[in-house]
Amino acid sequence: MAVCVAVIAKENYPLYIRSIPTENQLKFHYTVHTSLDVVDEKISAMGKRWRIKENFTWDFCIPQKTTNYGYVTNSKVKFVMVVDSSNTALRDNEIRSMFRKLHNSYTDVMCNPFYNPGDPIQSRAFDNTVASMMVAAC
Amino acid sequence: MDLGSDPGPPPTDTKLKLRYFVPVGLSSSKMSPTQWDFPVELCCRPMAFVTLTGLDVTYNAVHRAIWDAFCANRRADRVPISFKVLPGDHEYPKCRPKRTSYEWYIPKGILKTGWMNKHLNLVPALVVVFYELDWDEGQWKEKQSECATRVEIVRQSLQGRNTKVAVVLIQKKTPLPPGEDLIASERAAALCNACDLSGKSLFVLPHTDHLVGYIIRLENAFYEHAQTYYYTEIRRIKSHKEFLNKTTHQLLFVRHQFKIAFFSELKQDTQNALKNYRTAYNLVHELRAHETNMLEIKTMAGFINYKICRLCFQHNTPLDAIAQFRKHIDLCKKKIGSAELSFEHAAWMSKQFQAFGDLFDEAIKLGLTAIQTQNPGFYYQQAAYYAQERKHLASLLCNHDSSVAYPSPDPLETPNNVLDFYGQRAWRQGILSFDLSDPEKEKAGILALQQKERDVVHSELIISLLSNAVAQFKKYKCPRMKSHLMVQMGEEYYYAKDYTKALKLLDYVMCDYRSERWWTLLTSILSTALKSSTLRDDQKSRIEKNLIMVLMNESPDPEPDCDASMVKLAHRLWADRVSLAGSNMFTIEVQDFVPFVQCKAKFQAPSFHVDTPVELYVHLKTDCPHPIRLSKLCVGFSNQEYNQYCVVEEQYQSSDVLEQSAQGTMCLVPGKTRKFTFKFVAKTEDVGKKVEITSVDLILGSQTGRCVILKWRGGGGDAASAQEAVQAARSFKRRPKLPDAEVHWDSIIIQASTMIISRVPKVSVQLRHEPPALNNEMYCLLITIQSQEDTVIRDVKLTAGLKPGQDANLTQKTLVTLQGTEMCDDSSPALLTDIPIGNLQPGEKMDLPLYIRCSTVGTRVFLVYVSYLIDASVDGKEIVCRCHKDETVTIETVYPFDVAAKFVSIKFQNLDRVYTDIPFLLMTDILSASPWALTILSSQLQLSSFVSPVDQLESHVGNVVLQTGESASECFCLHCPPIADPQTGVATGSYIISWKRSSAAENVPVVNTVVTLPHVMVESIPLHIQADLPSFGRVRESLPVKYHLQNKTNLVQDIEIAVEPSDAFMFSGLKQIRLQILPGTEQEMLYNFYPLMAGYQQLPSLNINVLRFPNYTSHMLKRFLPTHVFVKPQGRRVDDDSIEAA
Repeated sequence: MAVCVAVIAKENYPLYIRSIPTENQLKFHYTVHTSLDVVDEKISAMGKRWRIKENFTWDFCIPQKTTNYGYVTNSKVKFVMVVDSSNTALRDNEIRSMFRKLHNSYTDVMCNPFYNPGDPIQSRAFDNTVASMMVAAC
Repeated sequence: MDLGSDPGPPPTDTKLKLRYFVPVGLSSSKMSPTQWDFPVELCCRPMAFVTLTGLDVTYNAVHRAIWDAFCANRRADRVPISFKVLPGDHEYPKCRPKRTSYEWYIPKGILKTGWMNKHLNLVPALVVVFYELDWDEGQWKEKQSECATRVEIVRQSLQGRNTKVAVVLIQKKTPLPPGEDLIASERAAALCNACDLSGKSLFVLPHTDHLVGYIIRLENAFYEHAQTYYYTEIRRIKSHKEFLNKTTHQLLFVRHQFKIAFFSELKQDTQNALKNYRTAYNLVHELRAHETNMLEIKTMAGFINYKICRLCFQHNTPLDAIAQFRKHIDLCKKKIGSAELSFEHAAWMSKQFQAFGDLFDEAIKLGLTAIQTQNPGFYYQQAAYYAQERKHLASLLCNHDSSVAYPSPDPLETPNNVLDFYGQRAWRQGILSFDLSDPEKEKAGILALQQKERDVVHSELIISLLSNAVAQFKKYKCPRMKSHLMVQMGEEYYYAKDYTKALKLLDYVMCDYRSERWWTLLTSILSTALKSSTLRDDQKSRIEKNLIMVLMNESPDPEPDCDASMVKLAHRLWADRVSLAGSNMFTIEVQDFVPFVQCKAKFQAPSFHVDTPVELYVHLKTDCPHPIRLSKLCVGFSNQEYNQYCVVEEQYQSSDVLEQSAQGTMCLVPGKTRKFTFKFVAKTEDVGKKVEITSVDLILGSQTGRCVILKWRGGGGDAASAQEAVQAARSFKRRPKLPDAEVHWDSIIIQASTMIISRVPKVSVQLRHEPPALNNEMYCLLITIQSQEDTVIRDVKLTAGLKPGQDANLTQKTLVTLQGTEMCDDSSPALLTDIPIGNLQPGEKMDLPLYIRCSTVGTRVFLVYVSYLIDASVDGKEIVCRCHKDETVTIETVYPFDVAAKFVSIKFQNLDRVYTDIPFLLMTDILSASPWALTILSSQLQLSSFVSPVDQLESHVGNVVLQTGESASECFCLHCPPIADPQTGVATGSYIISWKRSSAAENVPVVNTVVTLPHVMVESIPLHIQADLPSFGRVRESLPVKYHLQNKTNLVQDIEIAVEPSDAFMFSGLKQIRLQILPGTEQEMLYNFYPLMAGYQQLPSLNINVLRFPNYTSHMLKRFLPTHVFVKPQGRRVDDDSIEAA
């Protein structure tokens, strides 16, 4: 399933990035970072409407091994998920539900009174959620 | 310190131009086409090929003109034909004998390398024979047979081909309309016969003015012939199909399909071409693939794919093109072929992507719109990726020992250096068997290829692809993608040992990553950047990067995996540099990144009084693992005179930089905040100004040896601190308890500027006055200044008046003076400035009255500003301070009274108009609106020329005192002489009231208030009537009444008078009369009324009818007549009175 999951702050710096350990981590950092171009463009294209609309997902692909999916919360925190595109079984619906799960888990992190908004996320519960998404693929 | 040696701006200049990205030696000088580039004939647009013979373009001007008309100005509206001039006896490529059966034929490859070129440039669809021949030629027979011979020669050389032949007769005369020239049609038929041509293939080209027009018509005819030719060619190829069988002729299926498609393209039938290319593409993938023919299959697949994508873009169906390309890549990416030559596959893949990117880009230039997620940049990026892959594979596979010689004889050599079929190996052309017949030869071939690959400059290829991609991503708003690619370019430059360029690119992106706070990425580039700057002998950027690495908790040792030879070179450069004196000071602007020392400078307060010293703290904190000793700390201010007060210096051995010293004040211990306090006395000139910290300089190392200046602009802080401050504020984290002396780093807020404000004044200013001010009066404001200073205050100055910055009109309407005894005039200002008062002793008091005259009502703000000089000492320093105190007061101005004036008749009835020559009354009413008692000294009526008084005008309100709400009235009797234009009202004049406050002193001037009286309508009347009536009557006593009727006109007036009886009176006199009154005269009517009842009784009314003025009724006249009279009861007799009294 997912090979990399990232949470990006409103100001576009990473709050959390985790990728499968087998591959070069730096590569995923770059992938996530470059995918923010599209996220930014989408947000600005939607203008204010994105607030009202449900959070959305999209993919951009070129013959590549991976597909990136993005998701924006109402507070402009972005989730980016890199998915192995050879895994064609993964439908949009599933991606959406994965994002929803991630969002819920993120909300839990936020609800933690000891968590400092804007700090990198260090939460075992969140780790587990992310791990479950990445394991499901393997 | 000499900062002048700073070698210009740092290389982190964000305005890098794109020209840096164009690799030298690639853009300008086109490299020779490599094995992987598509052949030219594949990439061009196929056009029908027509040869022209019999034209002598060198020596014959007419022929030259014809040729020019054919080839010049070939725009899109001309038919797509490529022309070529050839001699009549040109040898065309021989046609091989047609095969009747394919049964025993085994093809040797898919497509011959020469085939496309042959049909584009060698084998014409049509050969045109030009021949100069007029219809009326004398030697017609001879000429006709010569022409026939020429056609025959052409036919000979085209033997076996379906190429059409056409004849064009160049004629000097303009032809007659068809059918009229009998000789012409006869001879044309004869010529066709002789040359064995159909009538359609014979053309006449008159060499006249309209050459281009004729040529275009000819061209269209040629085009039709060419299309027929290609159509027959397609038919011919299709007819072969039935002879082929699937087992031995698989290759031919592809070849024929490709040929059909190519001929369709030549025929400009792109739809069918596309269809056939698609079929061909599918057939290619049906071929049995093996390691030995993989390259051939891929090459052909690439060619056909290119054609398909190109046609799809041409048909404006880009999505089809993209889908086809994806399919193509999916099908081919696993077909690596020989593992030892896997770099070839990468090269091929790279080329596929690059070609598609080029096609895409070209389509965009022709009007296609691309989007962010689908633009040519991605294809160039992938091309670059495969180029990198190729480089990687090549480095793995081609790292032969230098002793391995290039195989000889060269297995890659072929006769005339061309392969027979596309994509075959030079050493085994035309061999279809999958078994390797000669393993030795195969080995040599592979070795040769590998050796060749080693000579390829991969970095250049990669960089040029990346720079293409960067340009695209820039266009489609992908800044991060651009940065990512620039990192790759930078790394590639680093591998190519072009460190300057690598550094420039990396510097550029470092800013982006730093500001976006992607530390992982930043760190990864930094190490590359550090290596390149070391090898480039750029000390400044090296130190900068080392410092950053220190922060990142990484080894500052920069040379672990640099190229050994380059390190040597760098060492030499370093040595040179060290021997050079004078350039050993490096200034580093640390603001843009997160340095290892953090700095926050803070003024103790946002403002300081000039008589207190300015206090300033500089907080320093180091994040590095070792303590650091600084040699100097200095702070720069906007006013540089203060710089000298804020310097701390310490001498120590340069080797002790990282030694901890307990007593050293300038030693920074990791994690501990160090606070430096500076104090200085502000200059008196800076009062009212801002003092700003412009820089904080921290100096490491000694100035004699090598030193580094860390420079913060403003009050410190860095790329991260702004963000951290916000987070700290947002955070609910409890801060650890710190010893009293220390402060929490996050809680220190930078305060980079402070205001110097003047000393607090010790003087009291009191204002006494009686508000509100009255309009136009000399309003007195009593200012009391009392010194409360301990010493004498000097040069006391007062500024008083209207506060500036209010409505501009107020300035005109407000006058201020110190002289209260006379009325001030317009020359007085609204604000009196700098009135010298002199010195004041401690406790001395001074009163100063200020007179204000406001000529409009409303609210005004007045300012009283007292300034003085006093000597003071601050920190043992004597300074002269100018102090000032200001008071403002808001004063309302009101009208002192309301004046109402009205016109009434003699009978005190309100008049809306007055009548010529008839007296009326003007009543004025003065109502005091002032809260203070007013004394009216006098009043005066100034009448205009239209109105004159009936008797003496005198004031009745002189010396009247009016309290609030009281009013005083006056009454004047006036009349109006006749006026010229009775339609408009006339001005009556003005009313002047002289007054002052009752409380005012004798010498206070009197205020004259002028009230303009209202206009009045004046009307003339034809008849005036006036009654002489006693003031009262008595019951049963005669009451004589005399009516005077005056004719005011120049005409004799007929008047009817009737008296209506009244119950209360009997009367004697004329009850009904008609009379005439002469102009200007008066008629008297006498009546004797005899009252019957006591009380206020209605008189018998007089009804007057002026016959000449029917509108002028008695009703209007009645206003002049009394209607009622008071009738007293009959008096008692005198004796009755006496009885009563008794």
